[in-house]
Amino acid sequence: MIALLRSRPAACALAIGVACILLFLPLTLSRFGNYMLAMWAVMTIAAMGLNLTLGYAGQVSLAQGAFVGIGAYATAIMTVNGWPLYAPLLLTVALCFAIGWLLGYPALRVQHHYLAFVTLSFATLAYLVFRNEEWLTKGTYGIFGIPRPTLFGVSLKHHLNFYYFSLAWLVICAGLMLWLVNSPWGRAFTALRENPARAQSLGVDTRRYTLMAFAIGSTMGGVAGVLYAPLVEFIDPNPFGLPLSFSLLLMVIVGGSGYFLGPALGALIAVLLPEWLRDYTQGYYLIAYALLVMVLLIYSPSGILGWVERRTADARTRRASLARQAAVPTYDAGSAS
Amino acid sequence: MTLRNLLLPSLSIVAVAAFADLAQAQVKIACVSELSGPGATVGINFRNGANLAIDEINAAGGLLGQKIEMNCADSQTNPGVARGLVQKALDANPYAVLGPVYSGSIKVTAQLTSESGVTNVIGGEAAELTQMGLKTLIRTSFGQQISMPKLAAYMADDLKAKNVAVIWVNNDFGKGGRDGITKELKARGVTISADISTEAAQVDFAADVAKLKQAEVDAVFIYLHEEESARILKEIQKQGIKKPLIGETTLLNQKVIELAGDAANGVRGHVGLTADAPIPSIEAYRHKFMAKYNYVPDHNSMKGYLGIYTIKAGTQKMGKLDPKGLTAALKGLSVKAADEPGMLMDVSIDQNGDLDRIGFLAEVQNGTTVITKTLPALKP
Amino acid sequence: MSTFSTLIVGGLATGAIYAVVAIGFALLWQASQTINFAQGEFVMLPAFFALIAMGMGAPYWLAALVTIGMSVVILGAMFKQMLVDPMIKHGVLPMAIATMALAIFMKESVKDLYSAEAYPFPSLVPDRNLAILGANISLQHIGIIVTAIGAIIGLTLLLERTSIGRQMQATAQNPTVARLLGIPVERMILLTFVINAVLVSIASLLVTPIYLAKFSSGETLGLAAFIAAIIGGFNQLRGAIIGGFLLGVVDNLAAAYISTQYRSAVPLFILIAVILFRPHGIAGRKEERTV
Repeated sequence: MIALLRSRPAACALAIGVACILLFLPLTLSRFGNYMLAMWAVMTIAAMGLNLTLGYAGQVSLAQGAFVGIGAYATAIMTVNGWPLYAPLLLTVALCFAIGWLLGYPALRVQHHYLAFVTLSFATLAYLVFRNEEWLTKGTYGIFGIPRPTLFGVSLKHHLNFYYFSLAWLVICAGLMLWLVNSPWGRAFTALRENPARAQSLGVDTRRYTLMAFAIGSTMGGVAGVLYAPLVEFIDPNPFGLPLSFSLLLMVIVGGSGYFLGPALGALIAVLLPEWLRDYTQGYYLIAYALLVMVLLIYSPSGILGWVERRTADARTRRASLARQAAVPTYDAGSAS
Repeated sequence: MTLRNLLLPSLSIVAVAAFADLAQAQVKIACVSELSGPGATVGINFRNGANLAIDEINAAGGLLGQKIEMNCADSQTNPGVARGLVQKALDANPYAVLGPVYSGSIKVTAQLTSESGVTNVIGGEAAELTQMGLKTLIRTSFGQQISMPKLAAYMADDLKAKNVAVIWVNNDFGKGGRDGITKELKARGVTISADISTEAAQVDFAADVAKLKQAEVDAVFIYLHEEESARILKEIQKQGIKKPLIGETTLLNQKVIELAGDAANGVRGHVGLTADAPIPSIEAYRHKFMAKYNYVPDHNSMKGYLGIYTIKAGTQKMGKLDPKGLTAALKGLSVKAADEPGMLMDVSIDQNGDLDRIGFLAEVQNGTTVITKTLPALKP
Repeated sequence: MSTFSTLIVGGLATGAIYAVVAIGFALLWQASQTINFAQGEFVMLPAFFALIAMGMGAPYWLAALVTIGMSVVILGAMFKQMLVDPMIKHGVLPMAIATMALAIFMKESVKDLYSAEAYPFPSLVPDRNLAILGANISLQHIGIIVTAIGAIIGLTLLLERTSIGRQMQATAQNPTVARLLGIPVERMILLTFVINAVLVSIASLLVTPIYLAKFSSGETLGLAAFIAAIIGGFNQLRGAIIGGFLLGVVDNLAAAYISTQYRSAVPLFILIAVILFRPHGIAGRKEERTV
């Protein structure tokens, strides 16, 4: 996909178009529109992390929502007590990386798809801790009045400012991701997904790289949480239960697992599509949404970008075979008759 | 910024023109409620009650001659979504905002309605909602800070209980009730000997009731949702516990009695709002609701219904449709049910948006809730 | 002692339901590598078929038959043809996500088109208590355990004593070889989905008197069945049964003796322990599919 983007002027124009939309569309939107766009940016960051774990390293994590929760709680607890936003950010990065590493270790020691089950347990445990440890998290009451930060003297209280702040973070995270997947590390991740046995035989320390992918992916979930808390300005345990992890997994798969831009498209479907459907379906928007997701997956199990790639590949094959046909017309005509 | 400066005024002119056009014909009330997720049953009842009230008002000529229009948006029981939807509702300049019902969502949405000065009529019961300095909140039911003292006094003074077990559902609703009753009981010198947390949608209560059985208590306070209430009552009967079972509103609900059968007999408690009250206005409400929706209404549906009539009462006091003046008109308002039958009972609203009206002590006898005592309003 | 036996019997009854649902889960996994995240909703829905049938005046036995029939068509054949078949060759995850969407679809449809309320449901077994070993035990619970065990025995006999059952097992173990041996693999897979549909409709008729007919009642059940299947070992029916019973009993004991607030955490610790020490489940076989 990256290669595709680089090689084609049309794709470059598309990228510039998307950038323009992301920069200028919000100016015309209501407060609600900008809130939802900021939510899209935050969820895209979390889904991008999961895409690294799943799409590039081939590990299923059912705990990405819990890492978002950890980031959100760290931020809520610390900023309500007067810390600036970078403090919980640093803490979240350290915490999520460490937890990711520790979680992955026993799971990968035995068999690789057991990571999914361990993370499922972890997600439920994290939810229980958020809910039960009232001294720390205020339990079911939730944490109220989370301040939005001030950056270079500009308050992010305004909805438009906070959207640009979230977008900036999305760009930073996407840049890091891009660098990572194109580094030797990233190529090791891909080698791991494509054929773990071969990667191992070529001297890739598979376990270490898998753990690394999982830990970095989890950390990005945490970073999304750091943004989520000041975006909503209130958190309680419910949004960080298993459904969020499932929903993030859905974003990655629907967008196209293993494609760099997959999570952004997936988040578009999971975050913005239901909101858009509300106005057209008279209260049946979730039914319509679920139906659309199923139809999309039946039509293209490899997600939106998988479909795009197949289409472009088909077109290329068709062009190539047309060219071949043109080159040897007599042979083809002969065989046809 | 220039683009924005150019666009915004023109957009707002369009918006104002559109709004002015519509305002001729109808009053827009925005509703945000829990229509899916864990709170769906609660939120859908709330919406159904509100829609019933709107149908009645519109059929009778509307609010000061204008039809009420309400769209109810689904918050998915998620504060983050609720916040977005209330923002969306406020972007469209509503006359008032109705909902949500879950206290967690209200804590974030009420901040927005308060900032924009739009009246927000809520279904939440958590004590702290009206104590956070949010200026435009109006309740439709007692806050827990009003219902729990009544109940604690009943247990300490009437039942003479010294030791009480508290069983609660570990969510937004149950935790608030548990903390409220614990505080009030302790203030009256009552010990909490067993403090048992349960899960929402829990099915097997064998372990919880076994714990209860081991505790030496004079009374059991049960604060669960309807279906779980019914299950625990059955389990209590099964394990043969014969202690006074005390509840608040939900435990004495008709639904619980229907599901629990004779296990519900003997249950007592305080009921703030009930569709089972032997008051002609409430019986009529119940009748109308069942005719429209074909099931028995609960107290959440009454909150929605009362919410709309509260807005109507405030508007009529003002005599005009002034969204900025509605909150002021509602605070300090006293309405007699004789003047406004839609309010169902006499009610007065204080400066925090809390309510004062009659409540009931009730007991389940032979499968029906019997009101044993009507508790007067605090300031009659 | 009476408390303890109450806890155990209650836990076994809950566990029996988990087991029946978990078996369906494991069956689908074996036959087609389907992880069905809508399995809980598959248990929720048949109760509404029965309610609709009874609402039209059908007696219980007829409603039960209609329910099983409708489930076989909708949750068995249609589910396989429309959702599983197009995706079966594309790996586990897309299908798992599609079943998550299916779960939302089923829940929301029931909620919006029928009702968000919980409805009582008639029980075959009278709602009475029986005093055994000094403990009061609900007849409904005993009924559930007996029926569930009956269903499990019936299924085991079918799989191990009949030709069709052996063909199904061969299909599950190695579809390529099975095809070479002349086994109609496609039909065997379809049969597995039909059996799952029958199992979930039985489970539905069994549990709905206790769980109530409500759009959301499948949420906890589906997750519990999933965890039970993992604890027991995904690739063995025996494992799913053990996992189901274990989960039911452990949940009760944990709530009674450890912590009610963390009751749902205890099974997860067991899950992690199982993964560490018996990674293919308590009764599962080792799976060698990495290369």
